[in-house]
Amino acid sequence: MGVSSVLDQDEINRLMARVGRDRDVQAFEALYRYFSPKVRAYMLRAAKDRSMADELAQEAMAAVWRKAHLFDPSRGQASTWIFTIARNLRIDALRRGPRPDFDIEDPTLLPEPVDHADADYLRRESAQTVRNEITGLKADQLQVLKMSYFDEMPHSAIATALGIPIGTVKSRIRMACEKLRASLREKL
Amino acid sequence: MTISHHLDDEMLLRYSAGTLAEGWSLAVATHLSLCPVCRSRLAAYDSVGGYLLESDDSQTDLDDGWTAMKERLDAGERDNVIALKPRERPNGIFPTPLAGYLKRAGGLKWRGLGVGAAHMVIPTSDPTTVVRLLKVPAGKPVPEHSHGGTELTLVLDGSFSDEISTFHRGDVEHADESVQHTPRAHPDKDCICLAVTDAPLKFRSRLMKLLQPLIGI
Repeated sequence: MGVSSVLDQDEINRLMARVGRDRDVQAFEALYRYFSPKVRAYMLRAAKDRSMADELAQEAMAAVWRKAHLFDPSRGQASTWIFTIARNLRIDALRRGPRPDFDIEDPTLLPEPVDHADADYLRRESAQTVRNEITGLKADQLQVLKMSYFDEMPHSAIATALGIPIGTVKSRIRMACEKLRASLREKL
Repeated sequence: MTISHHLDDEMLLRYSAGTLAEGWSLAVATHLSLCPVCRSRLAAYDSVGGYLLESDDSQTDLDDGWTAMKERLDAGERDNVIALKPRERPNGIFPTPLAGYLKRAGGLKWRGLGVGAAHMVIPTSDPTTVVRLLKVPAGKPVPEHSHGGTELTLVLDGSFSDEISTFHRGDVEHADESVQHTPRAHPDKDCICLAVTDAPLKFRSRLMKLLQPLIGI
């Protein structure tokens, strides 16, 4: 198939619901065609070769199919949910150790200080804020952010790759984080 | 109870990106279990990941994976809906991520440190960190030390103070080479912490330096 067109959030959520609720293969195909090249590109940045990246991307998309009923659009965007699935698979495949994760059902989990509807609202708002802010980051900040998210590169490796001091890498990441955080603090 | 000492941005970012080593991740996941504020911050970092993922404009010009995927669905992938696994209900002071590690380690087994305190090394598959539980008796200090690398301490029970601040359940103290401190447990209760280090601690006292290899701290 050719170029994947852009899907907006509402359309993605509708498709996710059709997959989760109705096991709708056509809806899944649309999601697959949109997300799988992106997931494959993400895998390719860490995998040894193309076939491993392909395999990991297929596994991630199969998990999207199987788990679609667990996706809750009030808790965040589908792209974020798919990112966490892909990330966890990538960790399992490429690194030795497991990744400890918190359990939302944990009875020792300290609840949100506000009720759930508010928390969901805030989470959704903050995700939207992050998106708005991130597009406003400087190109050099976005570059180091992307390298640390996608390339599993420690700061020292990013510094070498870009030919800049490690202090500069750290300060760019810190400034990007500060900016994102400042915008979140305004919201929260 | 409000948590006032949180995870720093770099650690949350690396946890979200999936690049943080297992030892630190265990402390992060345990803190997240106790801290709704940091769960919110993590959600924001995850959405950075989601944004970066979705904004990738790679084209679908590779072999058509959909054919293979469709075959998987037709072969029954569609029926393989993952059921939520029944969870064990942890009790007490150890949130789920940590409780799992403790269970795999055969349960809680304190080893005396000879200075009134006790510890337990928690096995992980991560060779770059040492993860321990540390118990400091009420009112007693942890021997003064500085750090060869980074140390992350998360309070699970009781509380302690050092020259910098006071730390209660859920609070994280992040110390590096520059920090020379003497944490002291508050007198009302033994203080139990999860401590992750990336290098052996450096003690000031010669006795502790001599004991260090023997007691494995």
